[in-house]
Amino acid sequence: MLDTTLPRPGFVARFFRSLRLPLNDPFAVAGLAIYAIFILTAIFADAIAPYDPTEILYTPNYDLAADLRPGEDGFILGTTSLGRDIFSQIVYGTRSALLIGLTAAFMVALIGSIVGLVSGYFGGWVDALLMRLADVAFGIPFLPFVIVLAAFLEPSIWNVVIAMALVLWRDTGRVIRSQVLTLRSRSYVDAARVSGSSDFKIILRHIAPNILPLSFLYGSIAIGWAILTEASISFLGFGDPQSISWGYMLQDAFASQALAKQAYYWFVPPGVCIILVVSAGFFITRGYENLLFPKLGR
Amino acid sequence: MSHLKAMASRALQLALVLWAVVTILFLMFRLMPGNPMAAYIDPTFTVEQQEALMAQFGLDKPLWEQYLIYLGNLLQGELGQSFRYREPVAERLMTLLPNTLILTFSSLIVAYTFGILAGAYLAWRRGSVVENTAIPLVLTTRAMPEFWLGMVLLAVFSFWLGWFPAGGTRPAGASYDSLWALYTSREFLSYLALPALTLAIYSQGLPLLLMRSNMLDVMKEDFVTMARIKGLSNWSVVVRHAARNALLPVMTSFAIAVGYQLQGNVVVESVFSWPGLGRELVNAVSASDYPLAQGAFLMIAVVVILMNLIADLLYSLLDPRISHA
Repeated sequence: MLDTTLPRPGFVARFFRSLRLPLNDPFAVAGLAIYAIFILTAIFADAIAPYDPTEILYTPNYDLAADLRPGEDGFILGTTSLGRDIFSQIVYGTRSALLIGLTAAFMVALIGSIVGLVSGYFGGWVDALLMRLADVAFGIPFLPFVIVLAAFLEPSIWNVVIAMALVLWRDTGRVIRSQVLTLRSRSYVDAARVSGSSDFKIILRHIAPNILPLSFLYGSIAIGWAILTEASISFLGFGDPQSISWGYMLQDAFASQALAKQAYYWFVPPGVCIILVVSAGFFITRGYENLLFPKLGR
Repeated sequence: MSHLKAMASRALQLALVLWAVVTILFLMFRLMPGNPMAAYIDPTFTVEQQEALMAQFGLDKPLWEQYLIYLGNLLQGELGQSFRYREPVAERLMTLLPNTLILTFSSLIVAYTFGILAGAYLAWRRGSVVENTAIPLVLTTRAMPEFWLGMVLLAVFSFWLGWFPAGGTRPAGASYDSLWALYTSREFLSYLALPALTLAIYSQGLPLLLMRSNMLDVMKEDFVTMARIKGLSNWSVVVRHAARNALLPVMTSFAIAVGYQLQGNVVVESVFSWPGLGRELVNAVSASDYPLAQGAFLMIAVVVILMNLIADLLYSLLDPRISHA
């Protein structure tokens, strides 16, 4: 009777609670804060960036605004060799980084969780088949795979997402499977089965909520992986030339002799942004590990 | 006896993985849009060359027959002709393999030596200011794009300070009597330094973090307490008793790191124009040199799979507690 009188938390609140965000770990909070800042930058990119990132700019005396140092003619981080505003490129680069990072992480976590749930819950030949598939995925060198894939697909930022979805579910899938193996034999799952719940309902209602933090943990690792991979692919020249990303900026800088010109203002900021986003993911992960595996105590 | 059997079944399993990867590669290159023959035949080849390749790879036969021929060719190490170099892919790759292996192993040896020592030290100094600043720093090196680190090192040490050459493996025009003379020359070392350092900085995180957490585990074990009770010096306890046992899993991770490193090489070799497998793969894909791209990918995949197997075997050899039930 008591239960019904308490207000039932809504779906969103329940979802966030079951994610068990590690809010008491200072590193994890710092990581979440970094994410928050980048997400806000991505949303309000149009308002923050002073110029269009692909626009070729001119100085007040109608010269091409090429290779300007930070602060010259009011360009915060200077300009590229083609006269584009570096600061605006960084701001817009946030968009493609987060877009790729979040979709790839979502795909990896989703596919990995489904594989892990099905494999761990049903066992038998389904399990054997899926785990052999995971073995094969472990045998594929990831970055070379993305490069070969890029040879056949149109250059697009989604190639990285597709490749990650095809290969990187393997880690998440294995870990979640082993977790499901221990959950499957818990008495509340037996109770649900005895009372006539279908397999589908048991997985969805009784097992899936318990592996959600693990999925989220592997998802936050995958965000970093996706951003690093996209940067590498764009740097090697297989990215989408139409979209500005941090990897594209680095490739542009490298090809335009920015190293010989000592244009640190050009190639250091994109690298620092990548490091910030990826390490934010690591810090959140560490917070999770303390929460999920308190015995490790590291 | 059960040990041998377990190893054999593990090896068989990895052979299956290898077969699956080879098959995926076959399908990728055959089912791509356009002319399936483009995987082996460049339009600029002479008619005789084209016909010879058609026969060799059975390109006019149905797909399943091509597949069998492809497997047969692979078993004989036949990977086709490179479009750009007009020479057998296998030969071309074999001349590049030593460069990649030298880069990989020299960087990993530096990374593991440093990582193991630093990891043991950080475990010993647990909770100190040193540890609290070092760990986030190490995590940051793991978050760096390797090629970006290479760019920064190049800009500073090559273009600004002028200490190291900017790329390649030898000065322009230099020739050596043999590969051995090249690899042991002083110039070669100066060319190797920056790419190896880049990869080493990226790779030291894994052995360091592993060593540290293993040390923390081992330090809690009874035999370490026992050594302390016996009144052994701190040095003796940490190095002779704890570190030796914590080292095992770190050493097995070396094999996995080799496989992993080959993937990182792809970008770092490109930054430093290092003539290795990774850079060749990138160049081959950009130039649509399909046989070469296929061969380079396959070679990297084989090393990765082989290294996974070696890691497994080492693990069960070094740690007899692992049972294969």
